[in-house]
Order: sequence, then C-alpha cells, then structure tokens
Amino acid sequence: MNPRLRWRKFVSNFMLTMTGCCALIAVSVLFFILGNLVYHGGTSINWNFFTKLPVPVGETGGGMANAIVGSAKLLLVATLFGVPIGFLGAVYLAEFSGNKVAFVVRYAADLLNGAPSIVIGIFAFTLVVRPFKHFSTLAGGVALGIMMIPITLRSTEQFLLSVPRNLREGAMALGASKWKTIVTVIVPAAYRGILTAILLAFARVAGETAPLIFTALGNSYWSHGWNEPTASLPVVIWNYALSAYDDWHRQAWAAGLVLLALILVINIVARAILSRGVSVPRA
Amino acid sequence: MHASVRQAVSVNITPPVTTSASRETSAPAEMRMTVSKLNFWYGSKQTLYDVNLGIATSKVTALIGPSGCGKSTLLRTLDRMHETVRSARLEGEILLDGKNIFAQDVTSLRRRVGMVFQRPNPFPKSIFENVAYGLRINGSKLPIAEAVEKSLRHAALWDEVKDQLHKSAYDLSGGQQQRLCIARALAVEPEVLLLDEPCSALDPISTAKIEELLVQLKDLCTIVTVTHNMQQAARISDFTAFLLVGQLIEFSPTPQLFTMPSDPRTEAYITGRFG
Amino acid sequence: MSTATTIVPSAGPVAGSRSFLSRLREGDEIARMITFLFAASVVFITALLVYELWVSSVLPRHKFGLSFFITRVWDPVFDNFGALPFIYGTVVTSAVALCLAVPLGIGASIFLAELAPARLSDTLEFFIDLLAAVPSVIYGVLGIFIVVPLMRQFVEPALKNSLGFLPFFKGPAYGIGFLTAGVVLAIMVVPYIISVSREVLLSVPRDQREAALALGSTRWESTWKVVVPFARTGILGSIFLALARALGETMAVSMVIGNAPTISASLFSPGDSIASVIANQFTEATGDLYTQALIELGLVLFLLTFILNGLARILIVTTSQRGSGQGNA
Repeated sequence: MNPRLRWRKFVSNFMLTMTGCCALIAVSVLFFILGNLVYHGGTSINWNFFTKLPVPVGETGGGMANAIVGSAKLLLVATLFGVPIGFLGAVYLAEFSGNKVAFVVRYAADLLNGAPSIVIGIFAFTLVVRPFKHFSTLAGGVALGIMMIPITLRSTEQFLLSVPRNLREGAMALGASKWKTIVTVIVPAAYRGILTAILLAFARVAGETAPLIFTALGNSYWSHGWNEPTASLPVVIWNYALSAYDDWHRQAWAAGLVLLALILVINIVARAILSRGVSVPRA
Repeated sequence: MHASVRQAVSVNITPPVTTSASRETSAPAEMRMTVSKLNFWYGSKQTLYDVNLGIATSKVTALIGPSGCGKSTLLRTLDRMHETVRSARLEGEILLDGKNIFAQDVTSLRRRVGMVFQRPNPFPKSIFENVAYGLRINGSKLPIAEAVEKSLRHAALWDEVKDQLHKSAYDLSGGQQQRLCIARALAVEPEVLLLDEPCSALDPISTAKIEELLVQLKDLCTIVTVTHNMQQAARISDFTAFLLVGQLIEFSPTPQLFTMPSDPRTEAYITGRFG
Repeated sequence: MSTATTIVPSAGPVAGSRSFLSRLREGDEIARMITFLFAASVVFITALLVYELWVSSVLPRHKFGLSFFITRVWDPVFDNFGALPFIYGTVVTSAVALCLAVPLGIGASIFLAELAPARLSDTLEFFIDLLAAVPSVIYGVLGIFIVVPLMRQFVEPALKNSLGFLPFFKGPAYGIGFLTAGVVLAIMVVPYIISVSREVLLSVPRDQREAALALGSTRWESTWKVVVPFARTGILGSIFLALARALGETMAVSMVIGNAPTISASLFSPGDSIASVIANQFTEATGDLYTQALIELGLVLFLLTFILNGLARILIVTTSQRGSGQGNA
C-alpha cells in the first residue's frame, strides 16, 4: 500500500470516528436531560406533589395539583378544538378536494405550523382574551388547539392518501357511497397513522409554555370552569425555575420530570402504534 | 461433442487455456481474472451456484441470461461491490492477475477494476470534474487536464464536449452521460472494466455508439459486460457466458455459443423460447 | 328513486356525472360540504392570524414607521419603542447557535446516513426524534441550573483567558447572556439538523455512492466528495429550518439571556431576543402603544420564520427531485 493510500484510509477512519462522536454527543444529551431531571427532581415527587395546591413560600408540603388539572383541562379544550378541524379538513383534502383548493389549504396549514408559538399566543390573546377582557382556560385551550391543527391535518392527509386504491375501489364497486367508503373502509384502514398523528400533536402542545403565558396566564389556586385563568405545568415550571426559592426550584425539576416523562411516553407509544402497522410517510 | 466445445464448457482456472478461441485469434487467451467455485447468498437465499469462469485479457466477455439469473450479481463480485450490501455472503475464489482480490485492499482493487452502471450516474459536478474525480483522489501521472482529455477521447466524447468542459454533466443527453461515465471510469486506467447493462437506459443510436466504443476499448482494458440484449452480445463480445437461475450453463467463444450451443437450455434461450 | 333525472343509475358511481340530488341523497354532498367547511376554517384561521397581527400593531407602525427597526431605545416609560436591541439579540444568539449546531449536526447526520449500520442508525435516530420532542421550558430549566453555572465558572473564564483580546469575549462573565443563550439554542436545534439532513442524505441515489466507490474512493471520500455535495441544497434547507426554529424559540432563551435590551459586541453580555421580550413584557404592558409594539415584534418574527420556512422547503424538495430526475435521456 503506498503512503498516499495509507493516508487516505487513515483520514477515512478518523472521520468515521469523529462523526460517530458527533452522533454520540447529540444522543447523549437526551440521557443527560433525563438523568438531571431524575436526580434533581426525583425526590420531590410524592403524594403531595400530585394532590396539594401550592403553599406560600417558606412552607413545605405544597404540590402542583392545580397545574396538573389545569394542563389536563387545557389539553382537553385543545383536542376538542384542534383535532376535528385537522381531521375533517384532512378528509376533505384527501377525498374530495381539487388540486387548487388542496394547495391553498396545505399552504395555510404549513404557515400555521411554522408560526412561532408565542405568535400563536398573541393571536389567541387578540381573539379570546381581549374581547372577553379576561384570561381564561378557554383562551389557552384555543391557542394550543390552533397549534394542533396543522400537525393533525398534514399527517392525517398523508395516511388517508396512502390507503391502497384497491381497497377504495372494492368498497365502491359494492355500491357504497363515498362517505360510507370513507367511514367504513378508508379511515379504519388508516387509523393507526391517524391515531399516531393525534398523539404526537398532543405531546407537542402538552409542553408548550409561550402560548399560555398571556392566555391562560396562571393561578395559585384551583381554576373553576373554563373562564378563569389556570395554572399549567409548563408555566409553573417556568415561574418556579426563575424564582429565588430552593423549594420551588426542586418542584420545578420534579414537574419537569413529570412533564417530560409524559411527553416521551406518548411519543414512544405513538411510534410503536405506527410501526406495528404498514410503514407510511413521515409527517 | 466436438473436443474444443467440451473444453470450452468446462473452462477451469489454469491460464492459459487453449480453446477454439485461440485458433481464431493469433495469441493465446490469457486470463486477466478467474472465478472459481463461486457461491453467493443474499441473506439465506442463494443466488449463484458453483460458478467457474475465466475472463480473457483484452477481450470482451458478455454475461447473458434471463432476468434474475444472477449475471449482475456475478459482475458485482468482480470489484467487490457486493460488499456494500450487508446481507451479501460469498464463498469461492476470485483472482486478478493470479492474486486473490479478497486479500487486497478493496480501494486499490476498485481502481484496477472499474465499473459503469446501468443508468448513467454522473456526479453533480462539471463534465471536467466528473472525469477528474478519480484522478484527484488517486493521484495522476499526467497533469489532470491532459488525463481528462485523454479519457474523453477514449470514450469518443471529446469532440462533443471539448468546448463545454465546465458545464454541468446533467446538461448532456443520456447517451453522452453514459459515455462520460465510461470516460470517468477510464481515467484511472483500470485493467478491467465492468459494465452492467450499459445501454439498457439508452436510445438505439447512443447504444450503437457505445457498442462501437466497447469494441475499440478492448486494447486498453479487458471488458466484461452484462447485457439482456443477445444481439448486442453477439455483435460485440469475444466470449459469452450464459447463466440461468444462478448457474453457469455455458461459456464459450461467442460465435460458437450462438451458432452451435452445446446445452439445450442455451439454445432455448437464444432462440427466444424463454426469457 | 322518484324525481326524474336524466342519469341512468347504472353499474357503479361515476364521479361527477351523477346529479346533485342523487349525491345529496347518498350523503356524499353533505359530507363534502362539511369537510370543506373544516378545511376552509384552516385557511380562515391562518388568514385571521395574519390579519390580527397586522391590525393590532397599527399604532407603533404609524408612530414609528420603519425607524422602529433601527431605534436602539426601548423605553416604555416615555413610550419610545425601538426593536433594534431585540433584533440584534435574536441574530447574535441564532448565529452562535448555528456555529455550534451545524458542524455537530451535519457530522452526526453523515454518520447516521452513510457510515453507521442500518440498525444503529435507526436506534440513534429514534433518540434524536425524542430529543426534538423535549419542550422548550425543560431546556430552559437545564439552562438555568446546569449550563449557566458551567458557563460562569468554567467556559467563559477559559474563553476570556485565551481569547480575551477579541471583542467577543470581553466583559464580566455572568454566565447568562448571548453566549449561553446561543449554547442552549444550539442544543435545541441540533436534532432538527440531524433528522432532516439524515433523510436528505438517505435519499441520494445509491449509484452515486457506488460510482465513487467503483473509482477507488475510500468511504469518507465517497461520502464527503460525492454524496454530501449531491445533497447540499437539502442540507442547507435543514439549516434554514433550524434557524427558523431558533428564531421562534422563546422559553429557554428567555430564561438564560439576561433580559436586558443591550447591544454589545461581547458575547458575555446579557441581552434579549424578540421572542423573549414578548414573553416577559406582554402581560405587564401598560397602554395600547406598548402592547401593540410587542405585537409588531410578533409580526416581524412571524414574517421572518415564514420566509425561512418557505426557503427551507424549496431547498429540501429540490434535492429529492434531483435524485429522481437525473440521467434523463
């Protein structure tokens, strides 16, 4: 082997190692984050955490029950608002629409998807908070719901379109009308992908903070109904982390652990659902 | 059966082999490459069974057979290109100039055994840089510009591109792109050039140009080409190997294989009864 | 089957030629109308978003016009608002983030797409995708409690000692500031670069790499000199995507950037970004001009990310088209 070739092979192996290190560093960040959350926040996760309201600074024994319930309510509103729009809109795109309309709708969805979450928060503020003159769970839910729309729409559309032709034609040849075919054949065939899309959209907005800051705002107590401001996990984490109190810092870590665990579990479950079925294009 | 035909059917590995080919040409055919007892698997599926073959120096050898018979697989073992597929497994021996190709460094081997692919695949670079690529990484005895011109002339492309060497290779027609790929392969002065159905994606005129080219290139390097077009094999090759379902059925000098095939399956294939 | 129609109800529905009434009867027309409404509402919401942003920022636009973008002062007390410090902060932190994230991200994506065995590549990609799902506020928590002390105690002093003659590394090392925000942003943005670049690299046709190998290239040579150049527009697209993400990133940045409307060459200095100032000041904004100035900042942010995302998409699509369109006869 001549020296030039020896050098070239050395460079090749060296770069293989270097790029491998880059990949390793990137992946290890995930474990670094999880490790820190467990280390700093693991001890603060107890029964109080899940059941008690926050207590004044200096006292111990407080928890995040209102934030947890608040997040649940917000996500409920978001799902009820965003998923039907995304899903039915996707049905239109995949089954009924012509090319021009489809292009416009997709483009609008992509625009919405790319909008920074704080801008969505401003939008929800102008839409729901300003007219009614107060912050509310509803406003926060709408903001999150708007963010769920494009993810649900694009993914659902892709999965519906990927249902094989012969399945549709089989149903129609038996005399089924278009909407019956959709309901009884196409959607069931694509249900895995659609469910995954909804779960992923859900996980995405579960961690969002910025849209909630000036819509749902926050609350140290229980929030009643849908018209009051409410605490939520991400906003509480933000507030507590920025505070000066150690106890609140510990709680922020704990809440972060709970939030991230929830989001990661949903992500893993969603991917598992998808991989059990036919492999379909990524969102 | 005629003695020479019997000999040609069971070509074995010791060079030089005196076959009827040596009576037609003036020099004894030496073997540039030899393949012995080659068995090949993709995963658990065996695709080549006990293939024995000699590639004659400075001659054109054609591999023919119906789709799926393993001819491309065989071709790709000759420059160890099968190693890019994880599940590929190989048993047997392949020699280049008497030396085992698996005992050498694969990068040096591939410089000596070049390959042209089924669909033209020029790099997203200029015409000049495509041909210069191999020279730049391997080093070149001549100044690069000279070596590039030499290769393009060998590939019968120089006159058509000499004024646009810095244009993108994708501006060329399909036939020109394939000749560019040939020039690119020739630039590193390989001893053997492997071509995997080089004309299947091209129109008849480009095909004719490339066939002419391959016959001329014999003097420069040994040529092995896979083709699904029997007439092409008959036109340009000196030796033809017929494969069927992973087995080498017959290997003879081309005129003989096409006029007096010794195996009934060969005859069935070349008369179009299947494939 | 009552009303006279001129269509014979023959074997199988033929799209478009059945009468409106028969489609209605079978519920298809209703389904079409309902789903159309929902699809249209998506367009409506998006249009409303842009409209609201525009209309709700009318006061500062009239008062300051284009000088809004070059005024350094941000003074709520005297109602004088200039966006320059925030634009500066956004640009600087994004630049730092890209400088760190691009080499790491592209290196990792090359490993995953070209050099690693398929199973390892898929496993690592799985973890990278999970990383992309980590919420911003959690990066912020890590930023405040881990990255900031690290920067303050080790990294910034080290930089000061070795490169302190450069204007970038002068001034006291607080730990918070442009550099730290850039580092945190880089960590957040790397997964996007990796997953998009990896996909783009995987879409490069096999025979490009094989042609390079067939000419006697080493694995690195075939990757770096052939495959990566082939995919370069798509990779650039992934960088634009990452940049768009960095621009809009609010929470993590707001927690470590220092929240001071400062323009300084020093990376150690505290500053502010567009997204972060909106997050911090919106609920405290008194008076319409103040609120609307913040909304105008939001509009600017929206436009920037809109342009970047659009460019990114064009670049990524171009690469995949090249892959299938080459070698035309």
